[in-house]
Amino acid sequence: MRADPAEYSLVSPGNLQAVLSLLAGEPARWLPIAGGTDVMVLYSAGKLPNQNLINIWNIPELRQIEVFPDRIRIGAACTYTALREHEIVSREFPLLATAASWTGGIANQNRGTLGGNIANASPAADSLPPLLVYDAEVTLISVRGERRLAYRDFHTGYKKTALAVDELIRDISLPRRFAGYFSHARKVGARNAQAISKVCLAGLAQIAGGMIRDLRLAMGSVAPVPLRLKDTERMLTGKKIDASLIETARKAAVNEIRPIDDIRSTARYRAAVAGNLVAEFLEKLAAAGMDA
Amino acid sequence: MRSASLQERHIVGASVPRKEGWDKVTGASRYVDDVVLPGMLYGATVRSNVARGKIRKISFDSTVRWNDFVIVTAKDIPGKNCISLILDDQPCLASETVNHPEEPILLLAHTDRHKVQNAVDAVSIEYDPLPPVHTLEESERQSTIIWGADNTFKTFLVEKGDVDAVWKEAPLIVEGEYFTGAQEQLYIENNGVIAAFDPENGITVWGSLQCPYYVHKALMVLCGLPEEKVRVVQMETGGAFGGKEEYPSMIAGHAALLAIKSGRPVKIVYDRMEDMVATTKRHPSRTLHRTAVDKNGKILGGEIEFTIDGGAYATLSSVVLSRGTIHAGGPYYWPSVRIRTKALATNTPPHGAFRGFGAPQSLFAMERHMDRIAQAVGISPVEVRRRNFLKPGQTTTTQQVIREEIDLNHLLDRALELSDYARKKTRFAEENKAGMRKKGIGIAAFLHGAGFTGSGERYLNSLVGVEAGADGSVRVLVSSAEFGQGTNTVLCQIAAEALGLPYESVAIAQPDTTVVPNSGPTVASRTAMIVGKLVQAAAQGIKQTLTTAGLLGDACTPEDFRAACRKYIAARGELKAYARYEAPGDVHWDDEKYQGEAYAAFAWAVYVAEVTVDLTTYAVTVDDFVALQEVGKVLHPVLAKGQITGGVAQAIGFALYEKVVWQNGRMINNQMTNYIMPTSVDLPLIRVFFEELGNVHGAHGAKGIGELPMDGPAPAIVNAVEDAIGVRFHSIPLLPEDLFEGLRLESLEREATSSTRGTA
Amino acid sequence: MNPSAGTGAKCEVLFTVNGETKKVLAYPMERLLDVLRNELELTGTKEGCGEGECGSCSVLLDGMLVNSCLVPVGQAKGASIVTIEGLSSHASMHPVREAFLECGGAQCGICTPGMILAAVHLLEKKPEPTLADIREGLAGNLCRCTGYMQIFDAVAWAARRRVAQ
Repeated sequence: MRADPAEYSLVSPGNLQAVLSLLAGEPARWLPIAGGTDVMVLYSAGKLPNQNLINIWNIPELRQIEVFPDRIRIGAACTYTALREHEIVSREFPLLATAASWTGGIANQNRGTLGGNIANASPAADSLPPLLVYDAEVTLISVRGERRLAYRDFHTGYKKTALAVDELIRDISLPRRFAGYFSHARKVGARNAQAISKVCLAGLAQIAGGMIRDLRLAMGSVAPVPLRLKDTERMLTGKKIDASLIETARKAAVNEIRPIDDIRSTARYRAAVAGNLVAEFLEKLAAAGMDA
Repeated sequence: MRSASLQERHIVGASVPRKEGWDKVTGASRYVDDVVLPGMLYGATVRSNVARGKIRKISFDSTVRWNDFVIVTAKDIPGKNCISLILDDQPCLASETVNHPEEPILLLAHTDRHKVQNAVDAVSIEYDPLPPVHTLEESERQSTIIWGADNTFKTFLVEKGDVDAVWKEAPLIVEGEYFTGAQEQLYIENNGVIAAFDPENGITVWGSLQCPYYVHKALMVLCGLPEEKVRVVQMETGGAFGGKEEYPSMIAGHAALLAIKSGRPVKIVYDRMEDMVATTKRHPSRTLHRTAVDKNGKILGGEIEFTIDGGAYATLSSVVLSRGTIHAGGPYYWPSVRIRTKALATNTPPHGAFRGFGAPQSLFAMERHMDRIAQAVGISPVEVRRRNFLKPGQTTTTQQVIREEIDLNHLLDRALELSDYARKKTRFAEENKAGMRKKGIGIAAFLHGAGFTGSGERYLNSLVGVEAGADGSVRVLVSSAEFGQGTNTVLCQIAAEALGLPYESVAIAQPDTTVVPNSGPTVASRTAMIVGKLVQAAAQGIKQTLTTAGLLGDACTPEDFRAACRKYIAARGELKAYARYEAPGDVHWDDEKYQGEAYAAFAWAVYVAEVTVDLTTYAVTVDDFVALQEVGKVLHPVLAKGQITGGVAQAIGFALYEKVVWQNGRMINNQMTNYIMPTSVDLPLIRVFFEELGNVHGAHGAKGIGELPMDGPAPAIVNAVEDAIGVRFHSIPLLPEDLFEGLRLESLEREATSSTRGTA
Repeated sequence: MNPSAGTGAKCEVLFTVNGETKKVLAYPMERLLDVLRNELELTGTKEGCGEGECGSCSVLLDGMLVNSCLVPVGQAKGASIVTIEGLSSHASMHPVREAFLECGGAQCGICTPGMILAAVHLLEKKPEPTLADIREGLAGNLCRCTGYMQIFDAVAWAARRRVAQ
């Protein structure tokens, strides 16, 4: 433990307005902390630059999941466990529920939050590719009001986001139009649990008469931000899945990503596996298309 | 309470409750960090951040109130500035030169645990760098000398028969080179100690440790204190695996120095990052095999070169090398062999003891090499082993005669049956024709010698005590430490059985050097076998004393025993018996030639690993694992099984998951998030089976088993991978990235070959 | 790091620990783990890694299994916490404790408190867990001694016992 608690403060205003006022008053000073599964690790390692934290774990508006006919709204401080246990999320947004089950063990799922995952902005985060393919929208709030942003515009660079310095993520909303889609995700980590992903893929597609209708592929850990493989999608949409298309897809995906060498893995491995995951997705899609 | 005769009692061989189990499941056990002493300070260590250099200047940041701190440097050492072990070359605190990253230079203590940790960063040290050596190749090139005259801690040469004669006649010569990486012990409880000093009583250290008397000796030398002024007490220890065999002497020395300087108790407990980056790891190894075989795959002779990386100081490298040397030939008959081994220095924190202690390294090579020989000859991995297994009456590479009726063919047969090997091999070959998931099955046959090598046990000269109370309660007095493997339980079982008492009336004293004799270190799989036998003897000694005093007959009940103790103690004051190790008369070892009876007993094993290689992710998963071993006698079925499953799990980690990432001699993935050990979702059901041949030298016929399970899984797994995808790997850990690169290189080679072949 | 930029004061934390009301004075960013171990002297909860990977620090917080090394005590105000010491009153505790003893689920014991908490938590949610459920329920608790096999045995044994009761 390499931080001295005496040098840190944690305030708990207990309501959203008070939190936003603090953020507005001294924006660069405060770091919001929800479940702490990222912040506390940095803190314990002596690597947390912010010494003033605001507790947002106990803000009721941030912990609700609201279901509307056309969308659901997930409060930013909803935990992975809450996501896993929510009927609509697990039924209509299985990629998100699955990603939640991949994030740490049960204890970390009970505390880690979707908003925290987004704000931490690690390209390796498991729940971010699903948000990309589900066309998520984030609501950002501050004393100045609220604004909505397409989630695909939220990450602007490695660990950089569109969040203004006085803003908080209030919720993430997902349109309820993917229930009929084929969905498949796969995470590749160093072990089967408690692993930071080396590569991960979340994908959705519609197939009709053997032809790809709507294809959505997003990957983590292959670029500075979670990446939607738009070029690859464009190349494949409207085509019939056969062996040659799968090879085209593999090459396109490898072309589109920008993996690196780091402490966990290598660029070459990541590229090869990314290609394999896309190929695997298409094979499964084709098989599902046959059953349709 | 019905009394029963000795014949009806079966404590040894039964899964009696773990002696300290209740405390463990209720959270009542006291580990080092659970204890706070009045007036206690917290200590921290300032370490080097270069691999090698001369210390030029030490500066203290002026914003810190250094007057509130206790500061210790090498100048404060009252005795000799070394951690006394074998060669005494490792300083306790670096004074002029540092020889590895994270080498301790300075110690700090403060009442506030957080402040002392932060203060470490407020000490800046400047160095004049010296060229470091980071690989075995650089070290053996000797263009830069970093230790002694030639960077070599130790060498061994074992020769049997006439190796030079075999090459000319040999139909086939098979060569191979094999590598194993460093491995972190990763006990879940980090290293920690508390030290206290007063001029009258001297130094007391309470620690998480395996060998109280190793620490005792090291503190005598460091503090310049006589035997009776050093006291070492082992606390409940949260895992060790060798990682707390020699290292605790270092952290104990640090705490002791701070305690001496401050006059207050001092606790030093590492956090995970420090423990991983600064303490010992398994020695990385490189093995070269060159084997002459006949056309049937029978070994005619060969050469084995085994080299290990010892890090910056000698510590235990010579002993690790010794065990690796002796096990290098596996459970096979070598008509002739030359085994040349060496331990080299590099500028990395010294490597040290880890379960298996050299044998997992050299046996990995041997068992991979057997499969290679099989291929070269054109026979199966099963057959090549059958044709070379040691038989009773034959001699090992050190010319030890196998005197027990071990039937390795039978062991192999049974392991194959338990793993459904033949059917699976056929089925996998068929199934592998399609799909992205390839299955394979591989075997490893091996042995593990228990106890100290050769004359080692004689040198240890272990002494064990048993004490009886007036109420008939019995206490075992040993320095052998419990750290999960079951020392407390097994030794109490043995004593209870020897005395015909209920298990519940036997306790074991906390290892405290002022209370217990030196029964040797808790290492080398020697405790149940060797110390257990001494406990048995000492317990029998208690009975003998009472019988001689006319207080006990031959057949006695617990009540008789109780009454006899009461009378005896009323008359004489105390009742204790001791037993000292006596080397068996027929065990002869030549330290010069490295020949003879290396170990009093070998345990034997055949393991079978079934794997899936996923060609989408290049990951290897172990789907089924059969661990069959002959262990003399199973003293406690649940504990014995636990040793095997735990060891196999660590060895699966060694093979597939646990990679130490080095940068300039420093481990950079020193966190649990990026040093990967298997979780509950990563391991197959590990199926454990035992055979019992007995053992003349061990308690109740037991052989040591603690380290055995570490030797077999890695080669069995890599053999299985080769079976699955036909690519040869010879280096562990075998990560998905390595498998991917191996496949990639293979396909490039195939392309190159086919393009050079061109069209006819 | 500029101390004056962030120095906070200690705060009063009122919460329930093992059924008893406790009031501690602590810095809000002190880890719940340290408050339990130091201020409350409940040393059964252990630190193995300080980064939420090993699960040795697991406790129940408002009925949820959490890694107490990752919870600032300032967030635990008003919470109900159960540690290994307080499990005796839990319905699942006795069979789980017995099971770990019977089946060899505890070797060195350092992961055991966290592992038992995780097992209890699992059995409350899934009284008849499959092996896959057990594996998943314990995936956040690392054990270096057992290789998990006898821990699986223990949890399965405890589940059968618990259902029978």
